[in-house]
Amino acid sequence: MKKLLSILPLLAVVIGIHLLTSATDTMYYLTQMTMSAYYSLLIIGLCVLMGYAGQISLGHAGFFAIGGYLSAALTTHSLIPYQDTTLVSFLDSAGLLLSGHDLYGEALLVVAPWVACIVAVFTAAVIAVTIGIPVLKLKGHYLAMATLGFGIIIYRVALAMEYFGEADGISEVPPFVLMPGLSVSGNFSDRVQNYYIAWGLLLFGMVLLLNLIDSRVGRALRGIHGSDEAADAMGVNTARFKLQTFVLSAVFAAIAGVLLTHYNGGIGPSEAGVMKSVRYVAIVAVGGMAHLWGALLMGIVLNFLSLRGIFGSYDDAVFGLILILIMLFAPNGILSLNIRHRLKQYLGRGKQDREGEA
Amino acid sequence: MALLEVKQLNKRFGGLLAVNDVSFQVEPGQIKAVIGPNGAGKTTLFNMISGTFPATSGTVSFKGSELKGKKPFQVAGLGMARTFQNIKMFNGMTALENVMVGRHVQSGSGFFASMFRMPWTWKEERDIRDKSMELLAFLEIEEHAHTDAASLAFGQQRAVELARALALEPSLLLLDEPAAGLNIYETAEVGRLITKIRDLGITVLLVEHDMSLVMDISDEIVVLCFGEKIAEDVPGNIQQDPEVIKIYLGEE
Amino acid sequence: MTTELFIQYLMAGITYGSIYAIVAIGFNIIYNTTGIINFAQGEFVMFGGMISISLLQFMPLPLAILSAVAITMLIGALIEICFIRWLKSPSVLRMIIITIGISIISREVAVHIWGESIRSLPYFVGNEITSVPVLGARISPQVLWVVAASGLMVICLGIFFKVTSVGREMRACASNRKAAILCGINTQNMVTLSFVLSAGIGALAGCVMSPITYSQYDMGTGLAIKGFTVAILGGLGSSGGAVAAGLLLGIIEAFSVSVVPLAFQDAISIAILLIILFVRPQGLFGSKEAAGLKEF
Repeated sequence: MKKLLSILPLLAVVIGIHLLTSATDTMYYLTQMTMSAYYSLLIIGLCVLMGYAGQISLGHAGFFAIGGYLSAALTTHSLIPYQDTTLVSFLDSAGLLLSGHDLYGEALLVVAPWVACIVAVFTAAVIAVTIGIPVLKLKGHYLAMATLGFGIIIYRVALAMEYFGEADGISEVPPFVLMPGLSVSGNFSDRVQNYYIAWGLLLFGMVLLLNLIDSRVGRALRGIHGSDEAADAMGVNTARFKLQTFVLSAVFAAIAGVLLTHYNGGIGPSEAGVMKSVRYVAIVAVGGMAHLWGALLMGIVLNFLSLRGIFGSYDDAVFGLILILIMLFAPNGILSLNIRHRLKQYLGRGKQDREGEA
Repeated sequence: MALLEVKQLNKRFGGLLAVNDVSFQVEPGQIKAVIGPNGAGKTTLFNMISGTFPATSGTVSFKGSELKGKKPFQVAGLGMARTFQNIKMFNGMTALENVMVGRHVQSGSGFFASMFRMPWTWKEERDIRDKSMELLAFLEIEEHAHTDAASLAFGQQRAVELARALALEPSLLLLDEPAAGLNIYETAEVGRLITKIRDLGITVLLVEHDMSLVMDISDEIVVLCFGEKIAEDVPGNIQQDPEVIKIYLGEE
Repeated sequence: MTTELFIQYLMAGITYGSIYAIVAIGFNIIYNTTGIINFAQGEFVMFGGMISISLLQFMPLPLAILSAVAITMLIGALIEICFIRWLKSPSVLRMIIITIGISIISREVAVHIWGESIRSLPYFVGNEITSVPVLGARISPQVLWVVAASGLMVICLGIFFKVTSVGREMRACASNRKAAILCGINTQNMVTLSFVLSAGIGALAGCVMSPITYSQYDMGTGLAIKGFTVAILGGLGSSGGAVAAGLLLGIIEAFSVSVVPLAFQDAISIAILLIILFVRPQGLFGSKEAAGLKEF
């Protein structure tokens, strides 16, 4: 249970931030912290894929978008016109639909958020399996380009289809009621609640992934990353493990997409864009490809700063610059940089520059 | 019944016939060596046996059944482990962790079980760790268990690689030039360890250049030259075989 | 479909196809010399167009174009010197990320200099309604400029690589870096030269296409992806393949307008990219061995 213990300091920080902002009347920070937590859920999933399984994905925003858009579309498009069909009546009687009213008082019949969530995440997983099988056979540039291509296709579909709101995206997404009294929404009054929901989920995700890394599967993944051929010879079904990791990271991304969409009350095509995918890769790279904690830290910090608008109109440029600087000077991530310097000083031993194999 | 049977194996790379109609058997409990000058096709032969790439024609049978089109990880699952000529250590992992990966086929926790730390994984993890430490002890390098594998001396890395291969609990161990890069003392050590492994009941097939090692520990030797089998016999006879002498020392 | 419409589509396809081919050749030059895929290739095209448009205020068109090409070549050299030169045997992943970073920074610099507005060079001959008859259809003379410029570049590059000593040295670098070093070739300069060349042809393409396609700060990414698709389609590293594949993609895209809604037109090139990567990564004309990535 060592893992749980390592989570505790972070939990303390989370609670501490809540109390601090409450005391200094700066609770609006909690909003960005909540959003950062959801983005970081995607980040840690991506970190396992890139850092441990060694597969780059330049299209992960695509999975985020699949989760977000599907749940948004299902929970906002009214099925009233179809309510007499057998399918819709069946779904309604099974309790899978939600009725209500829209802005204008019109009756509304939509898919219940929890159902939409399951459908969205499941779809993301299915798509991940489908494209994962051929894509993961590729290496290096080809893999990067294929994942980039995937991300762009998702972006184009979101932008082109009326069902997904075209350039305007989807808004008026209803709250996601987890249980009576607890829901994911952008409501001002639920702000603290949502803060803890997001962070709770993130911490839970961290525990799962930390468990994974330090297990038979995690070792097999690190083996694959270290030497594909040797792992194969040791009996590791490398293709299947890569695929499963890919799907796992896609599921994390999709869940983040679903919940963030309910939190924000909407989603737009920019969430599927190349810049987002690149940003996620940048953050994982900065945190240190194989450092889950590093990725988490960078995910929180960088997303928070970006959401607060610290970078202004230079937002994309900052991430581009970060990418370059990290790759030039600290390819193993920011955290590894300090360790190396300290070792050099204290032990006088020149530590080998170990560039990670992709 | 032979543990491994190679029958009329051929491998063609474009216009080059790297392995030409090679057949031999490996009996259980044997240490069999494949020798030959550079370019004789030894590693290609190995790669075909372990499933790294397919043969152009011919068959490889393991434990009585043909290994047709099996991938390396499947072959490993059947009980055949191998090492590599240029040691492929898993970077970023300790010696112990490297060996623990070798326990992969002898364990079964999947993604879900691992993420949620299901109770049955606790015992399995303990067993994996214990068994791996045992193997490191058997190969006499247990004191380096927690050292980063990439920073070990070459000879020590070889031992870790052997431990890792043994972790599969194989019936057949394929060693690709185990003495490569080792000095006389380290080579003798490796020879001793290999004999120790055989005494556990594991059959060994090795490819090697180092004659002293080969002559010392092998029960039988197969000699390849330009992809063809020139001779197959006990070490004593191989040393006297005029054909073999010719390909190594040239014409008189 | 009338003959006239057919010719229109065909010429549109050839026009865009030539541009894609030039971008692909730019990829190939750098890839052949270094093994790097330069994600910022599209930005060279963008810079060519944008810089020449700005310079047009101060000098006549031909001079503006030449200067823009020269400046972009300088940018290419600077990028190589500042970012690429440092790396000693980096992993593929690092290289990809670095060139993506360069692409992003270039785009940000562009948007802060020129804003988001769409601009263009004036038509070299006449204006947007001038047309010349080609095979029964009326085609803008700019199209001929694009095709001619592209063709000229391909021919000149061909001559450069086959005949001049520098060109031969670059080819030596491409096929075997270590051997090239042993022969006394300054491989580091070759790398810089490959960036300079790629930047130059990209910039020139950006100038000739500007009147037809307009220039905007973010036009680089889409072009880079299509250029990459073409490079892969033609077999990574093969310039002849790039030309053929470029024309093929351009024509497919042009004719697809009659079948597929415009919004999905871009998706076609990506679909082709994915199909090729999955089914035949060595491209239509490449060999299986060549599909293995080169070492830097």
